[in-house]
Amino acid sequence: MMAKPYFRTVYDVPREEYLAPGHGLCAGCTAGTIVKLLLKVAGPNTIVVNATGCVEVSTTPFPYTSWKVPWIHVAFENTAAVASGIESALKALKAKGMIDPAKRINIIALAGDGGTYDIGFQALSGMLERGHKVMYVLYDNEAYMNTGIQRSGGTPEYAWTTTTPVGKILKGKVQQKKPIAEIVAAHRIPYVATANPGYFADMMNKFKKGLEVEGPSFVHVLQPCTTGWKFDPRYGIVLARLATETALWINWQQEEGQFSVTVSVPRRKHVKHYFELQGRFSHLTEEDIEKIQKEVDLEVDRINKLVGRTVIGPLVE
Amino acid sequence: MTQEKLLGWKELPLGGAILEPGNSERRYTGDWRTFKPVILQDKCTRCLRCWIVCPEPAIYIIDEPYTTKSGRQFKFSVEVNYDYCKGCGMCVEECEPKAIDWIEEEK
Amino acid sequence: MESVLKVTWKRLPLSTNFAIAQAVKDSDVDVVSAYPITPQTTVVERISEFIANGELKAEMIHVESEHSAMSAAIGASAVGARTFTATAAQGLELMHELLHIASGLRLPIVMSVAARALSAPLSIWGDYSDVMNVRDTSWIIIIASTAQEAYDSVIQAYRIAEDPRVFLPVLVAYDGYAMSHTYEPVYVSEKSDAFKDYIPKNPRWYTLNPEKPITMGAMASPEWFYEFKYQQVVAMKNALDVVKEADDEYGKRYERKYGIIEEEGVEGSDITFVTYGGLYGTLKESIEELRKKGEQIGLARIRLFRPFPSEMLADIAEKAKALVVLDRAITFGVNISGPVAREIISSLYARGIERNVYSFIVGIGQRTVTEKDIIAIYEKVKEMLASHERQKESIYWGVRE
Repeated sequence: MMAKPYFRTVYDVPREEYLAPGHGLCAGCTAGTIVKLLLKVAGPNTIVVNATGCVEVSTTPFPYTSWKVPWIHVAFENTAAVASGIESALKALKAKGMIDPAKRINIIALAGDGGTYDIGFQALSGMLERGHKVMYVLYDNEAYMNTGIQRSGGTPEYAWTTTTPVGKILKGKVQQKKPIAEIVAAHRIPYVATANPGYFADMMNKFKKGLEVEGPSFVHVLQPCTTGWKFDPRYGIVLARLATETALWINWQQEEGQFSVTVSVPRRKHVKHYFELQGRFSHLTEEDIEKIQKEVDLEVDRINKLVGRTVIGPLVE
Repeated sequence: MTQEKLLGWKELPLGGAILEPGNSERRYTGDWRTFKPVILQDKCTRCLRCWIVCPEPAIYIIDEPYTTKSGRQFKFSVEVNYDYCKGCGMCVEECEPKAIDWIEEEK
Repeated sequence: MESVLKVTWKRLPLSTNFAIAQAVKDSDVDVVSAYPITPQTTVVERISEFIANGELKAEMIHVESEHSAMSAAIGASAVGARTFTATAAQGLELMHELLHIASGLRLPIVMSVAARALSAPLSIWGDYSDVMNVRDTSWIIIIASTAQEAYDSVIQAYRIAEDPRVFLPVLVAYDGYAMSHTYEPVYVSEKSDAFKDYIPKNPRWYTLNPEKPITMGAMASPEWFYEFKYQQVVAMKNALDVVKEADDEYGKRYERKYGIIEEEGVEGSDITFVTYGGLYGTLKESIEELRKKGEQIGLARIRLFRPFPSEMLADIAEKAKALVVLDRAITFGVNISGPVAREIISSLYARGIERNVYSFIVGIGQRTVTEKDIIAIYEKVKEMLASHERQKESIYWGVRE
């Protein structure tokens, strides 16, 4: 049986804040929510390695930092490698008695979709293969938002970006979103999960689990982006929830090879509810939407089969 | 927004290190706001949903007892810190009892 | 000195690669991250053996690229570990982005480079194209000319890098193949702790520590960025003294020292040759023949390329009628295309010294440089001097028409 989740209600969430306000993330940026909650789970004995990206530039414009835990940014493509170095160094320093061997220090690598799916993928794969005890958190806003909304390997099919414009012939991104969490899971690391801030307790429990396992862990978090997805900033969390309610985004985990869906969706919503709030999908025709709905239906079938029972229910609204 | 003194190379920490954790608290992002959320303490059920979702964070828990007009007693309240609130409205949207007003800022 | 008595040396036949590995062990390095590349690979192979045998207590990170090698080194150094990596050629180029970041974050990483030509066409053989590209990265660059010097230089490198006046990474270079794979007798310490007072473990640079959380690698806007770069300018200036002090102290304790420029017969010479790396050995032997004929020839070997010892070179130039600079790399697209020759010319200009400087490009992609070549170069320079010919562009010695 699965142990009781650590975070069940809002009252289980620590009060201490390790992300200070005054950062420059856009109003309504759900990355702020994700990072804030991530740090509440991790606590002060934590070192964060941050890839180049929105969170990095917005939280550390010299002479200001929003971080209350040790934090380093080195470059875009090497977050996992830097984290590997930190983890190995702490091991060596503990072995040599230079730091207290009993002290547990969380190492978190934090990167966006560009820094993970694309330019940082090699370093990530290397870190996973070598088995460093690092939790890698991917905040996925589905494009290169920091440079002004260019498509990435994480951009979903049909989405408008500045490099997948909606023109006379091409309508948004042609290719599908890379199944990054499954690719990571194929490295057979102890823990892989997908989460979104619409289900904060689920997300925080996954962070907790990821920090506890002995070895690499990976938590892939959907991060609605008001600027790049073109929605009213107040809908960030609504969209995160809608992504799951429509099964466009399924919150699952794979713990020691055991796959489970952690947020079941008894009554599934039509994908149109998710799309209609976002400007990046405003060019979709009804036909396009139905085509996507069929793809989602197939994916739901696949997931239900994988789990062995109906965790994602039928389309009802 | 506060302006830090432009220190010379001798005074600055080597390599751009920032030695004071969380000092972005001196950057007041409240002036980004065009609308502001106002928590209606008598309607608020203290579910803390707004506190969870606020991305700044600009919603604080105040440990002071509060009794609503209808006589309901709470050990704490939730307040918006307008020094930082950028006025995204996420808290308003997430508030189930509709206990957060959304008011246009005066120019 | 008390410690001089303590150190007992053993004389081992070692390639420079193995001498480097030995120095890494004797420096009690905490973390090594590296990726295989010819002709560096045997450095990390040997270090891996030391770790496997328990002779060195360190974490070895077998990274998946040189980019990650330097990234992991940065991470390790940023939490206070003594860190080492080794590479060459394409590997060094792949690291290039991180070279600037390692120095910009002021991390005292030490790296050895078995200097090798850069592709294309592919060449796995030695020259200094790779090392010279590190010139503008704010790394201290030491170029050794023997396996013994490479061993001693790696140990010195930690003292230099970890000095608070410096806090910059150090690169120790040597000739790929000609040195990396050639065995020489090398004195290494019998005991691994012989250097613990010379390079005590005491990380004083900024590190990531949950007890005292700091932010490293923030974004600096135009009103801040420049000052951090100027800090590096100052650290580089300081490094010149620190390198000298580290070498003097090493000499006092361990009775071997090299100086910043190795020189001989420069006083009142007609022509002084300047070069670096293993080529100095060939040069020394060749010059003997000429000296026997009564020629006044000086020799200088630059051991430190960054910071560049401009004043010392100007002093050497002042004592000679002309300088001949043998460079093993090409700066493409300029008339004087030897990297060191260019530095010397600007050093002389700054001091207002008028001397003919003759730049020769040799040994590119390990094209052999023999005694005959040196003698012929000397004759050529003598001719040019006699006809008061000023060199308008570098001479690409030995290139086939």
